[in-house]
Formats: sequence, C-alpha cells, structure tokens
Amino acid sequence: MSGIEIAPDHLQPSSFAFTEENLAKAKSTIAKYPERKQQSAVMPLLDLAQRQNGGWVPRAAIEYIADMLEMPSIRVWEVATFYTMYFLAPKGKTKVHVCTTTPCWLRGSDDVVKACKESLGIGMGETTSDGAFSLHEVECAGACVNAPVVQINDDYYEDLNYESTKRLLEAFKAGEPPKPGPLSERRGSEPAKA
Amino acid sequence: MLDLKDRIFTNLYGADTWNLDAAKKRGDWDGTKEIIAKGRDWIVEEMKASGMRGRGGAGFPTGLKWSFMPKNDDGKPRYLVVNADEGEPGTCKDRDIIRNDPHKLVEGCLLAGVGLGATAGYIYIRGEFHNEANILDAAIQEAYDAGLLGKNACGASYDFDLYLHRGAGAYICGEETALIESLEGKKGQPRLKPPFPAMAGLYGRPTTVNNVETIAAAPTILRRGAAWFSSFGRENNAGTKLFCISGHVNTPCNVEESMGITLKELIERHAGGVRGGWDNLLAVIPGGSSTPVLPKHICDTAIMDFDGLREHQSGLGTAAVIVMDKSTDIVKAFARLSYFYMHESCGQCTPCREGFGWVYRVMQRMVTGDARIEEIDMLQQVTKEIEGHTICAHGDGGSWPIQGMIRHFRPELERRIQERLAAARAA
Repeated sequence: MSGIEIAPDHLQPSSFAFTEENLAKAKSTIAKYPERKQQSAVMPLLDLAQRQNGGWVPRAAIEYIADMLEMPSIRVWEVATFYTMYFLAPKGKTKVHVCTTTPCWLRGSDDVVKACKESLGIGMGETTSDGAFSLHEVECAGACVNAPVVQINDDYYEDLNYESTKRLLEAFKAGEPPKPGPLSERRGSEPAKA
Repeated sequence: MLDLKDRIFTNLYGADTWNLDAAKKRGDWDGTKEIIAKGRDWIVEEMKASGMRGRGGAGFPTGLKWSFMPKNDDGKPRYLVVNADEGEPGTCKDRDIIRNDPHKLVEGCLLAGVGLGATAGYIYIRGEFHNEANILDAAIQEAYDAGLLGKNACGASYDFDLYLHRGAGAYICGEETALIESLEGKKGQPRLKPPFPAMAGLYGRPTTVNNVETIAAAPTILRRGAAWFSSFGRENNAGTKLFCISGHVNTPCNVEESMGITLKELIERHAGGVRGGWDNLLAVIPGGSSTPVLPKHICDTAIMDFDGLREHQSGLGTAAVIVMDKSTDIVKAFARLSYFYMHESCGQCTPCREGFGWVYRVMQRMVTGDARIEEIDMLQQVTKEIEGHTICAHGDGGSWPIQGMIRHFRPELERRIQERLAAARAA
C-alpha cells in the first residue's frame, strides 16, 4: 500500500466534471445499488473518471465523486489508493502490464519483461518520454494456462515469448494493435494441437 | 476420462458463440421455470444431495451453505453474491465460463437466488477482466430482454435482479467479506466473523457468496439431477470439476474432468504430459498457489480431490495445477509467491502485513543461500505465527506454500546455504 504516486500540483486540473455521456453512465451505475447505498458506485465511478481523464484520476475527480455520492472525500481517497488499477498520476497513454507471478514466470515472463524493457526503452513503473507507453509489473493476471501474458490497456495478449512480445509492442507503436488473445495458434485455453 | 456428454461446460473453449440463442441450443435456460416451480427447499435439498462442494477453494458443501440463509421472509432484500474475483495464481477457469458460457452463470444466479430466497444478485468480477465483464454484462441484458431476469423472471412468479460489479485489482477481494466491503464502496479489508454473511452480509442483510463455477454448474445439476452429478468422483468428493493445468507441461490448458482423476492422468491425458517426460517432473502445486507443493514421488499417485490431496497435507483448492519440471529453481518459484502474498496483504492484521514482508526478505536470501541453516526453522516458525492469527485466510494461504516448500525441499535450502558457506571459506 506504500509508494502511491500522486500527481504534483502543477499537473492537477483545477476542476473535474463528467461529460454528459459519462454522467448518464454514472447515473445508471448508481441505479444498480439500493437507495442510500450509492457509495457502492465509487469504484465504477473512479474507473469512469480515470478513462475520461486520459488514464489517471486527478484530485478534483476524487472530490467530484465524493460530492456525487455524498461520501467524505477521505473515503474516496481510501478506495482510490487501495486498489492497484487506479492511477493518481499520469502514466503512458498505453499501459503495458506484465504478469510475473510464478505461473507466468515458469513459462518465461523474464523474457517478456526483457522484451518490454528493450522495446520501450524504459524500466518497470516508468513512462516513455513521449508519454506513449508505461510499463507495469502486475500480480497474477488470471490467465495462467495461456502464460506468459501481458495486459495492454483493457486487452490480454497471451502465450507470449520474447520475439512475439517484441512484435506485439512494435505493432502497438505503429498504431496497429493485433486482435487480443493468444499470439499462438490457439483460440483460448484449449490444449494446443500437437 | 470424462465422457463429452457428461461435461457441464460444453463451450469452455469458445468454439461456439456465447449469446443467448447459442446458449439455449446448448441446453441452457431449458425448463428453468419448472425448476423454480419445484421451490426453494427442493433446490437446496437437491444441491445437498448432489454433493457439490464450493469450487472457489474452500470446498464447503454448497447445499448446506444455501440452507444457512434465514427462512423467514421479512420482505427486505437478501443477496446472492458471486465471486468472480478470480486471482489465485494458477487459476483461470472462471474467466472461461464468463467469456464463453456466461448464460450458465446467469441462469445459475437465478436458480441459486430462488434457493436462497434472494431478491437480487451481484457478480463481483476482477477489474482486469474488462472484456469478459462486457460479455457478461451483455448476457445479463439479453436475459432481461428475454424476460428471464427481473420481475416475474422466466414467468415463474419470482422477482430477481442481477447486477455486475467490477473490481479494481485487489486479490484480497476474493475473500468473501473483503468482497462485500468492496461492493459497499470501501477498501477491501475482510470483516471479523461472526456475524457470518448469511446473517449480516451485504448492506447488513443476509448474503451468500459463491464462486462462479459453483453457481454456473447449478442449473445442469438441477436439470440432470443430484444422482447424475454425484455419480462422478468419490464419496464426499463428488462431481465434475474444471482443472487449470499451467507451467511446465507440453500443452497447458483448462479442462473439465471427473473429480478423483489421478494427477498423472490429468497431466498426461490433457496437458500433453510434463515437458521432457514424467521423470523430468520436480514438483506440482496442485490447487492454486495457496496449496502446499507436492514432490514428484507424491505426484506419482496423488488423487485430485479434496480428500485425496488432504492426505498429503495439501488441498484441491481451486484445482489449479502448477507443474514444475527439473529445470525449475524451486526456491525462486516460492520466493515469487511470497512476494505475491506480501503485495496482496490488505494491511489490516499485523502478522500478515509484517510477516509476509519478512518472509519475502528471507526467501530472497534463501534463493542465493545467503542465510543461516537455523533460519529455515525460523522461517517455518514465522509462518506458523502468521497462520491462524489473522482475520481472514490470507495469512494461512500465504503460509502454507512456504511450509510445503520447507517440508519437501529442505535439503535444497540447506544445499544452497552450505555451498555459499563453502565458497566463502574458499575465498
């Protein structure tokens, strides 16, 4: 829980509000929960704010969500800093999350990490100077029979090795990301054909 | 080997589409109204008789759990919560159900809801499963549009709403009370029990939390009957089960098999065998990272069910089989797991928060042998101080793998320390 990076003041926007479209989404999200239990919507609303704000949650959004859900803002801060998928400072436009937990490690996640670092020219937790990519180590992504895996923004890429990871990142750099899923002959979690 | 006709999850690999029409052709939503008409007690008794034990790791009898919900109807909400926060290293079965066979889960929610007397259900899916959540959300919407959910669901005079809630990256939210806290919009920190969720769960109301696989199997069990389901596996270990086979096998995969299959048959028949052959096997973690490791000589005969693995001081857990061949740096494999448990501690209980940090630091030294022989016992002792001394089972789950490693690989730990000492003396 330590090491939460919060954007410095000069990067923080002075205000935040949902777009009209997102406001409608927020309202329908809040409606999923019983009356007076609107606090349950804090996680989806933080996600919505993060997506609207280019991949990170500014301080103003936290205050805005606290107001919307009638929560003390400290409670929103607690949630925003507890869960690993919220970023409180700007990261790469494309976030590359590499799973290195044991099942991925057994299948060669060290090579995937190496390919990512070489291809992007950055280390774990860093962002490229043009702000295009950031690299993150994650705990078990839950796709272990398709290990090793990376998650790039919302999509999983699976059955990777050093070479296919390099090709994958080059494709992203060229603005032509491949279809998500295994980068092998497989469709999903079935055994590969011999 | 489990016959194809006896598989519950017939679209596990997504060969067919997930949507309602295709699901109905596969047999989902068939006679749901009639099952509901048999009533709450019948559903619970049938689940009890089927011998189904929870598929999320703990293996608690499902029908019994459902019977804990209060019987009197006070007209206020009561909830089914489905745990789709799949994250136990090695485990990736619920993901396949959600993305390829979501209607089994949606129908299961309704039937479990009737069995529990629940007014609504929430499915809590891990945040990383973004595309899977979109599919599940669409499946729920399809069910609403077809009148299968909501008011008078399936035309069976039962009202039941179902919602999807996305997590945001916290393994601990797979613990049922942490999940409930998270669903209420708080940090995912487990609650003290009692009160158990069946008495005071979500929003303080009676709640039952079940794993995705448990709920998704329920419609087939209720359709084909308890006797059919319990005809698979051994007594007290009934049914079919999804296994995830990862690590050093030739063809890693998910597969549905009968409980009680031997570990060796499971790996050789479905996962193409151990890389380099069975004799190249070093060890297997049989049920997700929390279950203690088994060295090869136990793997030779181990039976994959709750009792079969308990016999070897391990467990079936989520049935996620992590295979390690002889090229594996076994100490490093466990050092990485100890990092996982440290990283995923919610920080609430001191033994877990401080203990797993200590364990990880010592494990890093064990990898290189930069330790003292007596520190192996100290490591064991510290995990015993964590185990059983925390609010939730994270303390146990992080301690068992280290204890298993020491139990079976102590000579390897000692060898590294001795070698380092010898090298230091020589220098």
